[in-house]
Amino acid sequence: MIDKSIPNIADALSCISDGASVMISGFGEAGSPIELIHALIDQGTKDLVAINNNAGNGHVGLAALIEAGQVRKLICSYPRSSNSTVFTELYQAGKIELELVPQGTLAARIQAGGAGVPAFYTPTGVGTLVADGKETREFEGKEYLLEKSLTADFALVRCDRADRMGNLTYNKSARNFGPLMCTAADTTIVQARVLEEPGAIDPEHVITPGIFVDTVVEVSNPKHEGDLVAAGEYYPGAAQ
Amino acid sequence: MSNSSRDRMGLTRAQMAWRAAQDIDDGAYVNLGIGIPEQVANYIPDGRTVIYHTENGIMGFGVAPPPGEEDPELINAGKKPITLEPGASFFHQADSFAMIRGGHLDMCFLGALQVAQNGDLANWSTGAANAVPAVGGAMDLVAGVKRVHVLTEHTTRDGTSKLVDACTYPLTAKTVVQRIYTNLAVVDAGADGFVVQELAPGVTREMVIVMTDAALQFSDNLGEISATKFR
Repeated sequence: MIDKSIPNIADALSCISDGASVMISGFGEAGSPIELIHALIDQGTKDLVAINNNAGNGHVGLAALIEAGQVRKLICSYPRSSNSTVFTELYQAGKIELELVPQGTLAARIQAGGAGVPAFYTPTGVGTLVADGKETREFEGKEYLLEKSLTADFALVRCDRADRMGNLTYNKSARNFGPLMCTAADTTIVQARVLEEPGAIDPEHVITPGIFVDTVVEVSNPKHEGDLVAAGEYYPGAAQ
Repeated sequence: MSNSSRDRMGLTRAQMAWRAAQDIDDGAYVNLGIGIPEQVANYIPDGRTVIYHTENGIMGFGVAPPPGEEDPELINAGKKPITLEPGASFFHQADSFAMIRGGHLDMCFLGALQVAQNGDLANWSTGAANAVPAVGGAMDLVAGVKRVHVLTEHTTRDGTSKLVDACTYPLTAKTVVQRIYTNLAVVDAGADGFVVQELAPGVTREMVIVMTDAALQFSDNLGEISATKFR
């Protein structure tokens, strides 16, 4: 019988090596796989290309991964928020690369990557800085921009329920990029609040079919980034 | 030094939001940007139902929850806690932006750094050398939503007009803005240039002309923004 679950987070991530590209689910803190990210920090994997809508908050989760110097490049739509000082400082010091992608284009690029579509035309960004160096083409009198699909070596995704076959559900607005990223990575590693037996999730309610998932780790009481940020926490420890 | 609110002319921000809300049709699917546009939801006329979309993946959200009932996984695009209205739905980012880019949303209300007379919009970057660029969903919204309306102060704090002949800041999109609500006026933009449709109480044509860094036309049916419901 298929069983994609692994009891230990560190074992689940040991396949990620230096230089990997890693999609990380989440919009702000909602859907951020914070335990997986912290395990990646513990593992010390460097030179990563991280793909996320934002740049993390405070000194935990994605922000901590960036602060630890493990991210070479961030592909992102909105690397700025009230608590995202870590990325800002490194970016202004020229220590991290940024590829800025409009949010809908980021979603579409990931979806295309997962679906085997190498590129597509979109109206978003025509006539803006985002269009620099990109091919444009007119369809029925309107101009569109050619955007390439996006895939990654790994996806780290937070879901709500998972079964051992990798079928997933999500919680509210924590769904965001998760279902797309699961499809677009060579290896998709998921943290689930609840791990269940096959059949426990009604097939009508499955959002991500298990074929897109390689590994599931149960994290039954996931932390919330906002709580950690509000408490002034640093990962892995006190302020350097 | 920034101006105090006492130096402001025309409408308050709440009044600007009230005026914008009058243009939303019953049953419309609407996306409200962060800032003044969020206030539009407070002034929907009685008898109209509006369904609010937030690009992080919710249709049909409602007001902020009472303190203590916030859910970190139930937030809007501004990353603030929200509640749901009956009939709400969740969806992933590709579906959310299919709603946006595919022209399924009826209206969006956004803030602006500059709007040009032809409807060009700049609202994501001042182009400052050391600033961290961040665009989010702004370029997608204006590229796809059927009606793109802007709520903004008529001028910056130092008095520079936000309504311009041509944007000098990096563009969000070309020729997308149809209507602008400012503290001074309701102004349409597009192929005919800026056309003032309504003036705020106490604001004259000459005042708006002086405060605007672009040519203005005035509608043959130039009206005054109704002030009856204003606090």
